[in-house]
Amino acid sequence: MIRLGVPSKGRLMEQSFDWFAARGVRLSRAGSDREYSGRVEGAEGVSLVLLSAGEIPRELAAGRIQLGVTGTDLVREKLAGWRSDVVELVPMGFGHADLILAVPACWRDCETIDDLAAIARDFRQAHGFRLRIATKYHRLVRAWLSRHEVADYQLVDSQGATEGTVANQTAEAVADITSSGETLRANHLRILDGPPILRSQATLFACRGAMGPEVRAFLCQLGFEPPV
Amino acid sequence: MSKSAKQAIGQQILALFRAAGATEVAPDVLLPAEILLDLYGEDIRARAYVTQDPIRGEVMLRPDFTVPVVQMHMENGAEPARYCYLGEVFRKQDHGDTRPEHPRDNEYLQVGFELFAKDTDADAKVFALFHNILAPLNLQATMGDMDLLMDAVRALPLSQARRSALLHHIWRPNRFAWLLARFSAASPARDFPENAAPWTGLRNPQEMQARIDRLQADAAEPPLPPEWAARLERLFAVQAPAPQALAQLQGIATEIPAIAGAVARLDHNLSLLAARGTDIGAIRFDASHGRRTMEYYDGMTFSFTAPGWHDWPPVASGGRYDALAAVLGQGRGRSIPAVGGIIRPGLIHELGGLG
Repeated sequence: MIRLGVPSKGRLMEQSFDWFAARGVRLSRAGSDREYSGRVEGAEGVSLVLLSAGEIPRELAAGRIQLGVTGTDLVREKLAGWRSDVVELVPMGFGHADLILAVPACWRDCETIDDLAAIARDFRQAHGFRLRIATKYHRLVRAWLSRHEVADYQLVDSQGATEGTVANQTAEAVADITSSGETLRANHLRILDGPPILRSQATLFACRGAMGPEVRAFLCQLGFEPPV
Repeated sequence: MSKSAKQAIGQQILALFRAAGATEVAPDVLLPAEILLDLYGEDIRARAYVTQDPIRGEVMLRPDFTVPVVQMHMENGAEPARYCYLGEVFRKQDHGDTRPEHPRDNEYLQVGFELFAKDTDADAKVFALFHNILAPLNLQATMGDMDLLMDAVRALPLSQARRSALLHHIWRPNRFAWLLARFSAASPARDFPENAAPWTGLRNPQEMQARIDRLQADAAEPPLPPEWAARLERLFAVQAPAPQALAQLQGIATEIPAIAGAVARLDHNLSLLAARGTDIGAIRFDASHGRRTMEYYDGMTFSFTAPGWHDWPPVASGGRYDALAAVLGQGRGRSIPAVGGIIRPGLIHELGGLG
């Protein structure tokens, strides 16, 4: 039996259902829309598990689900050494979001990451502590800043309403997921120039240890050449 | 792998440190995170185990001994002072996209020695102590000197602002190279267009204006003449057996006179080592060695590596960290030159012990 994990609510769930339906597999919720169990029609030996998108990486890595739909950002953030645990199978073409770094729009002297590096140094000298960047993507942001050799900063944890931390003076900059950039603009923040930290979209992943004949057959049924 | 065998090697080395006049100290395993984070930056959070105490706030499993030993000394030590210690340090490895087949230990022993003294021979004494202890293992000794590099940067014909930016980033090779290239070319004047965004956040408009003023003044600066970047490049690339490296550095000092003092100190240290019977021809001098170690070393640096074990960290490493000691002594009005290092008994055990 293949256990397929799909985000349990909202747009991501609906678009995942649509994506599978377009490939001949009908997924649906069993019973009321408050019940987190699902039905699968059009594929043998596949059961649907509805989960929070944020938990799908962990469940895949542990092998409790064999296939799962989640964002590339969540897999890379939550699984250290993710390639050892999961296989990235198919980008699904929805759920697009960029992980970006944004600063107050009023900072006329900050366009690039190099500006931010210089400002962080000045800030630390002026205020006696490191410039704070609010995020929930600690590993991705830290690795990216380390690759760009930015010093003099610290990450502060923000699990929600991250864009508000600058006005609340609990952070000087934010690193967060954005699709339209509207919330950033509404909070008077501006994205740094240059490529984002990560471009993410909803992707079908497999547990690496589960890439057996069953999963391969199901992928073929969906119209994909399974990876060797 | 037997922990008690590694402990025994640690004790053996500890006894040698004690014989060299050191007092044994036993710093805490759980350390307040704040001071470590402020000193080492966000990178330490990726390497150290951080946890939460309901009363003390964020605490860290000891990622190294230097900070707690310096703090202990600043609180109640008389000078000159020599300390030694043996205990576990904890480092997590945050891997990239794939996990290595054989992850490195995340908990291992360090046995170390720290010397606080205003003594011009301190560098050579500490290096010789480590060299003698490790002699049976035939390790490759490498020495570097951050003073050389920093004195050379301080001597560049640049504005104070530019020199201090280069000095600040000397441990970050790409950012340093990027700054040096920028300072070596004519800088186009930059626009800072007004916008309608309301002010938000803790950084204030005066801080921004100060940076804009500095960038505008900077745009008027003449570029660094090309020979300077070339001289720095040659200095940073010096890598040879110590006696040959010294000769090369003496040559470079005729073009960068500001490093003459540091070159003379290296000469002095090597002579002291030779006089103690150390084969200085077997020591590799690598001018950029300290740029690849912890940011807190700002003078001599050294490491001892096991040839043939390329994926191993150094068996021993250390150096001078006067600036770190000054920062930690600040509140107490104390500052003392400091030099020290650590050995990893676990790796010595894998090499078959000290004999």
